[in-house]
Amino acid sequence: MGERTIELEVLRYNPETDSEPHFQRYSVTCREEWVVLDALNHIKETIDPTLSYRWSCHMAVCGSCGMMINKEPKLACKAFIRNYEGVIRVEPLAHFPIERDLVTVIDDFMDKLKRVRPYIIPKQVKAVADGEYLQTPAELNKFKQYSMCINCMLCYAACPEYGLIPKYVGPAAIALAHRYNQDSRDGGREQRQEEIAATEGAWECSFVGACSEVCPEHVDPAGAIQQVKIKSTVDWYTEHLMPWLKK
Amino acid sequence: MARSNKPIVWGPFAAGGTLTAFVTPVLILLTLLAGLGHAPDLLAFDRMHALAGHWLAKVAIAGTVFLSLWSAAHRLRITCYDLGVRADTLVATVVYAVALAGTGASVLYLSRI
Amino acid sequence: MAEKVSRKPYVREMTSEWIFRHPRYLRYMTREFSCLFIGGWTLLMVWGLAQLAEGPQAWSAFIECLKSPASIVFHLFALAFALYHSVTWLNLTPKALPVQIGEEFVPDAAIAGAHFAAWGVLTLAVLYLAGAF
Repeated sequence: MGERTIELEVLRYNPETDSEPHFQRYSVTCREEWVVLDALNHIKETIDPTLSYRWSCHMAVCGSCGMMINKEPKLACKAFIRNYEGVIRVEPLAHFPIERDLVTVIDDFMDKLKRVRPYIIPKQVKAVADGEYLQTPAELNKFKQYSMCINCMLCYAACPEYGLIPKYVGPAAIALAHRYNQDSRDGGREQRQEEIAATEGAWECSFVGACSEVCPEHVDPAGAIQQVKIKSTVDWYTEHLMPWLKK
Repeated sequence: MARSNKPIVWGPFAAGGTLTAFVTPVLILLTLLAGLGHAPDLLAFDRMHALAGHWLAKVAIAGTVFLSLWSAAHRLRITCYDLGVRADTLVATVVYAVALAGTGASVLYLSRI
Repeated sequence: MAEKVSRKPYVREMTSEWIFRHPRYLRYMTREFSCLFIGGWTLLMVWGLAQLAEGPQAWSAFIECLKSPASIVFHLFALAFALYHSVTWLNLTPKALPVQIGEEFVPDAAIAGAHFAAWGVLTLAVLYLAGAF
């Protein structure tokens, strides 16, 4: 007890020498409490220093170590070896191009994050000298859940619509837009609607719900997206059927 | 990027999905009972005909047919895309056309009752 | 200074294999396929409307068709899929319609539960009014 030898099958890809990725198997003696990240670190430190992957905090707050573990998007630091039997297959996060080994190209996500303007666009501009914005606990609770996103992109890997439609803005970005739309200090919803109420925004979502299932922070992006759809639909019909109503 | 006109098709889909969630199972049960030889009283010709003769019932029946067919059509469109069929415009045209044709047909038949 | 590394990102092809990646995707596809049965049954009823408009004989013939083995099998599948659609749809209502009372949100189970209760009452009402029991 205390140790277990497991087999890890890791997808390798060297852009300078490989034309396509291939699996490489490693045998790792793990301590009982290890997570997959520990096994990867052990491989890099003692077996194969060429293995490349992102990681940082090792405690599920930085969002760096997202990967496919037995075809499920998980944070490698939160995937406990004791929960797995047989060979553990480790691949880069699905639906993103592979840079090298387990490192993905995340430019698309970074771009989408910027597009949804993930910052307060104040309703009324307030000078710092005028003091803080005041917010009740009730107002905080309207958006708090959506502010917990750690940008780990597991939701993008879980979302088949993102895999099928690369232009789709995606769960985390829309949930983040929703976070700011719901914030009582914010007045930027109209600007964000240009991105999230576009065809490539919330409308590509078919409510699979996988994003919310894999989210390590229980942000529930699926719920956020449905709320965006409903609000956008009400807006659209109001605008088109009762154009005399001022916004 | 401009705001989409998707609400035109999504609104009836959401309404239809909600309606069918509430009423379709029990309605299927009624016709299943009829198929098993235990037709509920309402399914007798006189009663059905009388019910469908009322203008309010006609509106309700036509509305139910439209929303049910539309939400099924929209879902089928998404499913085709999920299964790798890329010709979305073609699929959309076909499925929505069937939904509208079915609705049109029901309005036609209701007008004859 | 490290030597320059040339980039050549590899894009993995998206096939329909994703459906089998996890049971949740199969459940999603099942839910989506319910549309074929709900749509199909509705079209069957539109045809029934036509027979109703024709007259008593046409209507009787329609009811007789409902008694065929093919119809019974179709109805059983349709009922199962329609129920699956209902359960999945009503379970998702709290996600789309969060209700905040004071500081806290009404628990998901309460919102979904209220919908299920209404569904039950409506179902019984329809069965009663239709003379099914």
